[in-house]
Amino acid sequence: MQTIAPPRPAPSRAPGPLPHFADILRSESCKLRTVRSTFWAVAAVVVFNVATAAVLGALLPAHMSAHEKATIDSIRVSLGGLHLSQVVVGLLGVLVVSSEYGTGMIRATLAAVPQRRLMLAAKTTVFTAVALVTGIASCFAAYYAFQVFLPAGDSMRTTLSEPGVLRAVTGAGLYLTVLGVFGLGLGAVVRSSAGAIAVLLGVLFVPSILVSLLPQSWQDTIGAYLPMNAGDTIYSVHHQAHTLQPWTGLGVLSLYAVIPLTAGFFLISHRDA
Amino acid sequence: MIEASGLSKRYGATLAVDDLSFTVLPGQVTGFLGPNGAGKSTTMRLILGLDAPTSGWVTVGGRPYTDYRRPLFQAGALLEAKAVHGGRSAYNHLLCLALSNGISRARVGQVLNQVGLASVARKRAGGFSLGMGQRLGLAAALLGDPPVLMLDEPVNGLDPEGVLWIRTLLKSLAAEGRTVFLSSHLLSEMSLTADRLIIIGRGRLIAQTTVADFLSSGAGSFVRARSPQADVLAALLEAHGAAVARQAGDALRITGAASDAVGEVARANGITLTELSEHQASLEDRYMELTADSVDYRTAGDALVPGRK
Repeated sequence: MQTIAPPRPAPSRAPGPLPHFADILRSESCKLRTVRSTFWAVAAVVVFNVATAAVLGALLPAHMSAHEKATIDSIRVSLGGLHLSQVVVGLLGVLVVSSEYGTGMIRATLAAVPQRRLMLAAKTTVFTAVALVTGIASCFAAYYAFQVFLPAGDSMRTTLSEPGVLRAVTGAGLYLTVLGVFGLGLGAVVRSSAGAIAVLLGVLFVPSILVSLLPQSWQDTIGAYLPMNAGDTIYSVHHQAHTLQPWTGLGVLSLYAVIPLTAGFFLISHRDA
Repeated sequence: MIEASGLSKRYGATLAVDDLSFTVLPGQVTGFLGPNGAGKSTTMRLILGLDAPTSGWVTVGGRPYTDYRRPLFQAGALLEAKAVHGGRSAYNHLLCLALSNGISRARVGQVLNQVGLASVARKRAGGFSLGMGQRLGLAAALLGDPPVLMLDEPVNGLDPEGVLWIRTLLKSLAAEGRTVFLSSHLLSEMSLTADRLIIIGRGRLIAQTTVADFLSSGAGSFVRARSPQADVLAALLEAHGAAVARQAGDALRITGAASDAVGEVARANGITLTELSEHQASLEDRYMELTADSVDYRTAGDALVPGRK
């Protein structure tokens, strides 16, 4: 017969004082700045945003009628690089978490910081800060690049003081940040890079294809609430029919981001690493 | 000190760790031994709180590992050598871990020196050999100069010089009063490094003993005797409480009696001995015997675990 050790309750799980959040922040920012993918992603966001704006600013005016110039949302045009850079920010968000699982680093991380939610909070904070600075700076750079490359006196020229312009350019940076956080949340839930990236791209691009199969009246109702359609509104100056108001739109996009992030925070303490 | 009680871990239908209770004492090197898949790594993950036990508990220094606010000062672990982001340099990898526990940059340099990686500290860890990866993992474990060290298969991938180095290092760490717990499926390595052994098979505890006791106890050592009157001798020895098995020809395999006792029985009864020899099973033999079949685990375990009355 196997003798069983006397049952003894596990020692109290009453936690000691919390680890210094600042230390964990330092650790997470060290992780983010010491991998090349961060550098490449930030560089890619800036290049995509600025180069697209410059090219469009230089080439478009010659091919547009005065009427087109008058009706086009030139701020939206200047931020055209977002179509590429949003994917990059989302990927970086995914990788910030999933690369730890992919490499096994997560076990070293959690052995050093067993307070998992605190670790994820630090990761989210550091990444959000980087995405915010990169997003807003690159969107302003794109805006100015577009202005610089427009021919002198072109009617598409704008200034930041015109209605909605400052909000649209700043909002574009916020839009990128929210997409990055969305990616980070997906990374925390899915944990595999490939899987999380597939979900990210799926959520961004598939819904609008599916909705386009629906009757027009349904499209008008549902379409505005799709992640990208909702997010688009924040960097548009001209309000279009069947779209949300800018801040409402960004709010809806943020809700999409909060879902996987919340799930990630819940799951990280309930799953084996 | 590491203490586990009734520790179990189930993954789906698999019971990876099954009601494991053991104590790892400070000041000694304790070997955690078992065949591949026996549950050694799972147990170590449970100790660090990476996986949650299905039942039971385990403490490090008297508290669950996850209770510590700066656990690198309590226990250092080398779980997988390549659990490193390949794009990060060795120095940066250690620095990122050190920062989370408020450990200084100077200490990062120290441990890199200690494990002999100072010259490649700025190289990307992705290009490291398995042996260098082990050294990097060990450096991470040493960051907080912890009283408990836990290493999963640390000699894997090390060259002979590296094996000797880590053996010496672990012994000196234990001599400083630290708890050193290392897993291996290599018994020969353990017999050179460890003072105590915790042996598991299929997730269950088989034995918790010292290396010396492990070798001398149980069915492993036996006396071999040959005699023209083998049957008579066998009957006499059995009457003395020894277990006797007939082998080919006139040979007997005797357990439970020392060779001098066998010789004395033979002399007192006028029995001719043509051979009398004592055999010490090698560590490998004992180990294979114990881990060969899960059916034997329970009985072998009960016979071997010291202190069970």
